[in-house]
Amino acid sequence: MSHRPAGAPQLTAREAGLMSCHVCGQLARTPSGAHALLRCPRCDTPMHMRKPASVSATWALVLAAAILFIPANLLPVMTTTSLLGSQQDTIMSGVVFLWQSGSWPLATVVFFASIMVPLLKILALIHLAASVQRRSRHRLRQRTRLFRLVEFVGRWSMLDIYVITMLVALVHFQGLATIHAGPGAVAFGAVVVLTMFASMSFDPRLIWDPLADGRAATADHP
Amino acid sequence: MHASDASPTLPAELIACHECDLLQTEPRLAPGETARCARCDAFLARNPPDSLDRTLALTLTAAVLYVIANVYPLVGLDMQGRFVEVTLIEAVRALWRDGMTPVAALVFVTAVLFPLLELLMILRVLLPLRFGRTAAAQGTRENRFFRLVRAVKPWGMVEVFLLGMLVSLVKLSHLATVILGTAFWATAGLILALTFASRAFDTRLMWRAPETGDAR
Repeated sequence: MSHRPAGAPQLTAREAGLMSCHVCGQLARTPSGAHALLRCPRCDTPMHMRKPASVSATWALVLAAAILFIPANLLPVMTTTSLLGSQQDTIMSGVVFLWQSGSWPLATVVFFASIMVPLLKILALIHLAASVQRRSRHRLRQRTRLFRLVEFVGRWSMLDIYVITMLVALVHFQGLATIHAGPGAVAFGAVVVLTMFASMSFDPRLIWDPLADGRAATADHP
Repeated sequence: MHASDASPTLPAELIACHECDLLQTEPRLAPGETARCARCDAFLARNPPDSLDRTLALTLTAAVLYVIANVYPLVGLDMQGRFVEVTLIEAVRALWRDGMTPVAALVFVTAVLFPLLELLMILRVLLPLRFGRTAAAQGTRENRFFRLVRAVKPWGMVEVFLLGMLVSLVKLSHLATVILGTAFWATAGLILALTFASRAFDTRLMWRAPETGDAR
């Protein structure tokens, strides 16, 4: 059962001169000095009006992830050596292999987790950071939902890292078959970690802030 | 410190949405009810019934399963008469020896270290609460452990690990016989226990004295 608070006047904490603690949710009055550091009166966490340097940190991490996404997909993530010879696999060729061997549900899962999710996550975070910078007031709810989705699905990109780990650990039959991890795995791991940090550094409240600015402006100039 | 002491001039039930910053009053929730933001639909609070006991029971279950999942072999592989089996730590070590140090470290942190830290911190925070010390008596030092839980949680990926293991086994099933080990099933149980524990955990327990009865 879901309970929705009654539609109170649409006032944000920032407009009311309040900050909320990101750990325990406690509200506190914003100190007047620009550089005054406030600690949460209840749980002692340092408080910020918004996550510090949110947009620039998100940009930096997303761009780094976007660059590493290229080697992550082009370099081999593993090398299989067997009696039949040696074969190098990229992430995509691993998906193709699963598809051809008949396990197409798993091929679909791996394709989404390893290729679509990181790609869409990078694009979504670029869209969010850019629209916040433009102070866009469109589709606020949809963009908040997009952010929630990015936070929720991001972790599943780690899938291929674990697949490689298990294959390397299990397949070391000297003379018969061995599997080694390739440099693509390092780049891929870095993409996952960077996009997770990028979505953590993005502050979704920035999506809604332009709305309050608009209200303040119309109040000043009726 | 009680919520009401923290900032005496503010009504205790006033909260700001952590996703859109809208001020609203937190409704009184019946057990099992969830509060969502009036404007952006973000999750605000849940009132899970019997939160403290259920969370503790499930976390202790998870702790036992965690030990089993890390001590026993995850899977065994039988290839033309040769048999190998690996535990989680051995898998990480194999990757480390293979020269994939950063990837091995990432797997260790997300599949071994952070899930353990999360379990220990939840127990560290909840056990004193269960044995009669109020949240108020714990003071701010204890809250550091809770902050650590929050920081560590997104990086614990046991469920992704289990799916990754399944994918790797499907890939191997055509060239070897796969035997699922004790730790495989323990990991599956661990995921269930962790999921239900985090659903049962009312974080507000941390900041408020538990309200007795069904008044909420």
